[in-house]
Amino acid sequence: MAENEAAVTAGRETGTMRVKRGLAEMLKGGVIMDVVDPEQAKIAEDAGATSVMALERVPSDIRRDGGVARMSDPEMIEGIKAAVTIPVMAKARIGHFAEAQVLESLGVDYVDESEVLTPADEAHHIDKWAFTVPFVCGATNLGEALRRISEGAAMIRSKGEAGTGNIVEAVRHLRSILGDIRKITQADSAEVYDWAKQLRAPVGLVQEVAETGTLPVPLFCAGGIATPADASLVMQLGAQAVFVGSGIFKSDQPAVMAKAIVEATTNYADPEILAKVSRGLGKAMPGLEIDALDTKLADRGW
Amino acid sequence: MRVSVLALQGASALHEAALRALGAETVPLRTPGDLDDVDAVVLPGGESTTISMMLERNGLFEPLAARLGAGLPAFGTCAGMILLADEVLDGRPDQRSFAAIDVAVRRNAFGRQVDSFEADLRIEGLDGGDFPAVFIRAPVIERAGPDVEVLAAVDGRPVLCRQGPVLVAAFHPELSDDLRLHRLFLDHVTSLGPVLADRATAD
Repeated sequence: MAENEAAVTAGRETGTMRVKRGLAEMLKGGVIMDVVDPEQAKIAEDAGATSVMALERVPSDIRRDGGVARMSDPEMIEGIKAAVTIPVMAKARIGHFAEAQVLESLGVDYVDESEVLTPADEAHHIDKWAFTVPFVCGATNLGEALRRISEGAAMIRSKGEAGTGNIVEAVRHLRSILGDIRKITQADSAEVYDWAKQLRAPVGLVQEVAETGTLPVPLFCAGGIATPADASLVMQLGAQAVFVGSGIFKSDQPAVMAKAIVEATTNYADPEILAKVSRGLGKAMPGLEIDALDTKLADRGW
Repeated sequence: MRVSVLALQGASALHEAALRALGAETVPLRTPGDLDDVDAVVLPGGESTTISMMLERNGLFEPLAARLGAGLPAFGTCAGMILLADEVLDGRPDQRSFAAIDVAVRRNAFGRQVDSFEADLRIEGLDGGDFPAVFIRAPVIERAGPDVEVLAAVDGRPVLCRQGPVLVAAFHPELSDDLRLHRLFLDHVTSLGPVLADRATAD
């Protein structure tokens, strides 16, 4: 074959929705792990993580320490990028588009506009269409998910309640998002407009949900996963992959827990494998009751 | 036709949808039993390091290697191409591959996600014009053996290759709505039909 025939015949287009969403598709069925240094990133990769989230403190420490939580130090993010071959994500504050610009220039593979950090804007999220790097955003319900998608998010994750080791909020959010999707597919065309009004979401996206029966972008779960069975639970409920924050590196044996959660996520519907990987993990991270929390991170975002 | 789609991690559901749209029956592949009575296998995109580890942990590596060695037709995209390759460059030291096609593949050769791109690709022998190819942190083929057909390339570097029953793509046909490459693969499997039946009996 002549080489000119084999060449790309048109230019390359970067940062398209298909390209942004494409990476989320590749992360399905996997585990994205929070890490705070290159050593943790290596442990995560060795355990089979599909990606790592580079941040300065895991959510349970942010919760304990209080104060303003910001984007991580670029040097630390670069150290983690250099340590692993899998994609590296990092968090920007809600509405803090300058932090997102910095993360994009560092070449991170996904930006998480995250409620775990202290919000920078009380009314606006980042205009994510303006970026080449893709964004993931948290949501507690379908309206919030569709508003984030309308702003350009290429992946949605449940917010859950980060840093608690308590899965109850993530379950609430997943059930709310997926339950409303199931209801909308039964709505007639007039009812779809009312759904859009109630959800405070663009009618075009609500119509798309009504027709396809799915969110227009992948739906992952975050916030409170602390055991292999937690991962199985949310995958069975309909999450397409999981984020694990404090659940790994605040457990007794991070490398063992990380590997077990990876295996549980792949084999989420097989109780025998789940029983096998759940043995001898030592203590999971300490958990918190939601009612006893001073700050609910999931309330951040608009 | 029954096609097994490796479903340990990655974009298996989109491949299944494409294959079913073309009339094939699909079986998600998670355990060795899922390989029984299949006519072909698809290895999807995802993280090749994760998939390679899960192949070992689920006891799937050896059975799949045996079927591939016996001539089971295979289509690998992105991470799937890495898994089918003879040699993996820039991989993890413990990363194993099936050596089902005589190519050396470099991981993440086009850069990070901000460099991921769409491009219209001219594909040798494919009717209907250029193919909308989506490259996500894509690998590239650095060396193709003498028996490997190069069907498409970017900047002179092969991104779609075939050798006997094995087809590999550095990009993701399952992310575009264009079914032509899946059809090309299924047609190829059909054309190999009698050979397959012999080999299945020989197993």
